[in-house]
Amino acid sequence: MKKAIIYIVLIVMAISFLYPFFWMIMASLTPEKQIGSLTFFPDSITFDNYTSMFSKIPIGRALLNSMFVSSVITFGVIMLGSMVGYALAKTKFNGRNFIFYLIIFTMTLPFQITLIPNYITIVKLGWVDQYTALIIPFLINNFAILLFRQSFMSIPQALIDAARIDGCSEIRIIFQVLFPSIIPTIVTVGILTFMTTWNEVLWPLIVVRDEQVMTLPQLVTLFSVGGRADAQLGVKLASAVILALPIMIAYSFFQKYFIQSMASSGIK
Amino acid sequence: MSRKTNLIPYLLISPYVLFFLVFVAFPVLFSFFLTFHKWNIISPMEYSGIDNYERMFNDRLFWKSLRNTIWFLIIHIPLQIIFALGLAVFLNGKIKFKGLFRSVFFLPVIVSGVVVTIMWQQLYGFNSGVLNRLLVSIGLVRVGWLTNPDMAMPSIAIMATWKNVGLYIILFLVGLQAVPAHYYEAAEIDGASSWQKLRYITIPAINPTIFMVIILSTIGGFSLFIEPYVMTGGGPLNSSLSSVLYIYKQAFEFYHMGYAATLGFAFAFIILIIIIIQKKYIEKEY
Repeated sequence: MKKAIIYIVLIVMAISFLYPFFWMIMASLTPEKQIGSLTFFPDSITFDNYTSMFSKIPIGRALLNSMFVSSVITFGVIMLGSMVGYALAKTKFNGRNFIFYLIIFTMTLPFQITLIPNYITIVKLGWVDQYTALIIPFLINNFAILLFRQSFMSIPQALIDAARIDGCSEIRIIFQVLFPSIIPTIVTVGILTFMTTWNEVLWPLIVVRDEQVMTLPQLVTLFSVGGRADAQLGVKLASAVILALPIMIAYSFFQKYFIQSMASSGIK
Repeated sequence: MSRKTNLIPYLLISPYVLFFLVFVAFPVLFSFFLTFHKWNIISPMEYSGIDNYERMFNDRLFWKSLRNTIWFLIIHIPLQIIFALGLAVFLNGKIKFKGLFRSVFFLPVIVSGVVVTIMWQQLYGFNSGVLNRLLVSIGLVRVGWLTNPDMAMPSIAIMATWKNVGLYIILFLVGLQAVPAHYYEAAEIDGASSWQKLRYITIPAINPTIFMVIILSTIGGFSLFIEPYVMTGGGPLNSSLSSVLYIYKQAFEFYHMGYAATLGFAFAFIILIIIIIQKKYIEKEY
């Protein structure tokens, strides 16, 4: 009896979590006039919303921009994060603890303080409407550094000493000798970074005004907020589907890794 | 050690140092400097003493956005804990399709807030939204989810709970699995009820997780931006104006950089104060 109640609650909750996604996808395939009365399946299916979306806004371009920006940031965060993390874990230098505490301090600093001056920095550097504005400020990720530091600390010093005796440079030690043994950390950092940059909206809204440089969530946001989409709900929903789809496909393949990565980010 | 090997660590951390100077240290100092100035980026900066601070204390919208955020937290945090903990306790038992349920609850976590907001905006629609049609069909009246000033922020809080609960379920599950099974066995021998086990064993044991959920939700509440920006534009009657949306409007709609920086400092300060209070209170509680 008790079990039955638990299952009913779980199933009802699961439906309430899936239904909005289901509704959105169905509505994006429904003729504009029928969306208002859609509950489950549309009477007729149409791709008009998608075709008019592609003709109205540069969504293809935005998709490529987002792919490019997210990939470069993810690559950079893994490379730079592992270098800094390695230095903190396995080398000795003056000020090592100081740097470590700086990273902790930066992580606890509310972004509300740095938002405005960082925008001004971008303006003064002439990076407004440039990919550099979207990429450079995100190349260092404090949390990634801490994760790399932690996983390098668990690697036996003997492995590193042996590589040094063999004449390996520190860069080769990090990327050739040690990388194979920290793959879980690389995956975690990769997923977290890609997902957060893919979904980031506030920063692109601030530093990019040129439609050709806009990221996908930014374009979808402006399209939803601006007057252009109001008349066409179906197009707005279609653009939301396009934004959600890549991450949802990735999630369907790597659920476990997504959940583990996000959980580790909460546990920090 | 040779000199060469001594230099390498510095080279390795140099990207971090550069980043810290340009995107952390400089902005913090410059932001503080900005709070004493009037500036629209284009014309020269004007020294204005403590005008920005005075203005803030008399700014109805500053207080409004702060009240809105606190109102959001008062609704969002208990909802988040009840749903996340409840579902985690359910999933922690011997349940079939555990992994599937977990994956479903986690789905909104990975999707962009923009997508979630666009979906819920339609569900919340006054005339044709699914929620209101459901209410009407069971004989109730329509709710102005996003059009009633008293409802806009609670509606956003419900949506935010839906979006994040999956993450907190996972965190609670990690916490629950760390509770030794013999605690429950001992309680059962003493004839404890399910509620007593929850109240006296589970909740104290996962208190650190509850604290973490409260902190993360608080930070989340003060970071609310895209939800009101897309859904309501901060309305109706500024009832869903969030702190970040207000900073954004001051900076990028009115170009009041000095004042926006002042707001940024104020909200950051308030966040830290609230977290310190929460920490003190929760540590005393158990």
